[in-house]
Amino acid sequence: MTLPGFPEAAPLAGLVGGVLIGLAAAVMLLALGRIAGVSGLAAKAVGLGGSGITRSGAWMFVLGLPLGALIVALLSGGIEASFADPLVLAIAGLLVGIGTRLGSGCTSGHGVCGVSRLSARSLVATATFMVAGIATVAVMNALGLEVLR
Amino acid sequence: MRTALVSLLSGTLFGAGLALGGMTNPLRVRGFLDIFGDWDPTLAFVMGGAVIVMAIAWRIAGRIARPLVESEFHLPSKADLTPRLIGGAALFGIGWGVAGLCPGPGIAALVIEPASAAIFVLAMLAGMAVIRLFERRPS
Repeated sequence: MTLPGFPEAAPLAGLVGGVLIGLAAAVMLLALGRIAGVSGLAAKAVGLGGSGITRSGAWMFVLGLPLGALIVALLSGGIEASFADPLVLAIAGLLVGIGTRLGSGCTSGHGVCGVSRLSARSLVATATFMVAGIATVAVMNALGLEVLR
Repeated sequence: MRTALVSLLSGTLFGAGLALGGMTNPLRVRGFLDIFGDWDPTLAFVMGGAVIVMAIAWRIAGRIARPLVESEFHLPSKADLTPRLIGGAALFGIGWGVAGLCPGPGIAALVIEPASAAIFVLAMLAGMAVIRLFERRPS
């Protein structure tokens, strides 16, 4: 399925993927009573703070992420991806690590779990990181910085 | 044990959703953020699908006394909009825009492009460790 005017977009795959992410977060909420925030769970798993879940629980969630992606890759015959160079990835990773700890969450915890709960902090955080991300891409494009291989 | 199994189920569903929705491809994520250029709206459908399902889950959570496995809900209760929250979200957003990766897709991509994803994830953990060090220092 394509979207008129946006030949690159994959709206149906996006929607189905989003529903799966929503179900994942719903399982976390309704079974364990917790927020499925990836940055917090990853921090918890490696002992850098994060949520109050047990460390083994945090590890299992974190291990599930590549496992789920692997299942999709095997069923669909591979997943396309273009990544930036190591230096760019390292700079971006540092910013994401620092930013998510200071900002208490990322796209999953704030963007999905918090926004759907209409949490003021999450709405503000989500608007902030969206604007920052849009501005960053716009500035990089204006400077002619092509980072993805 | 049950907590670990439920966590694994949640993480696996999450990773599958990210991969299916194209979020493990930084090209798609940066395409979504490129609203002034060649905009790819796919991420809006991912977000929309996830938020709709979670909005229903929040309604259900409001009607049950306790979660199905654990004995009580452990939910964020902070409501204050601090410079720390906004500054942190801004730094995160810049990093997100630079490489087109946030924590979930970065970790899930360890099976798609292991070397690249590993650099991102290790740098992310290093960034988290920096904050941890500062927070541990007595003020």
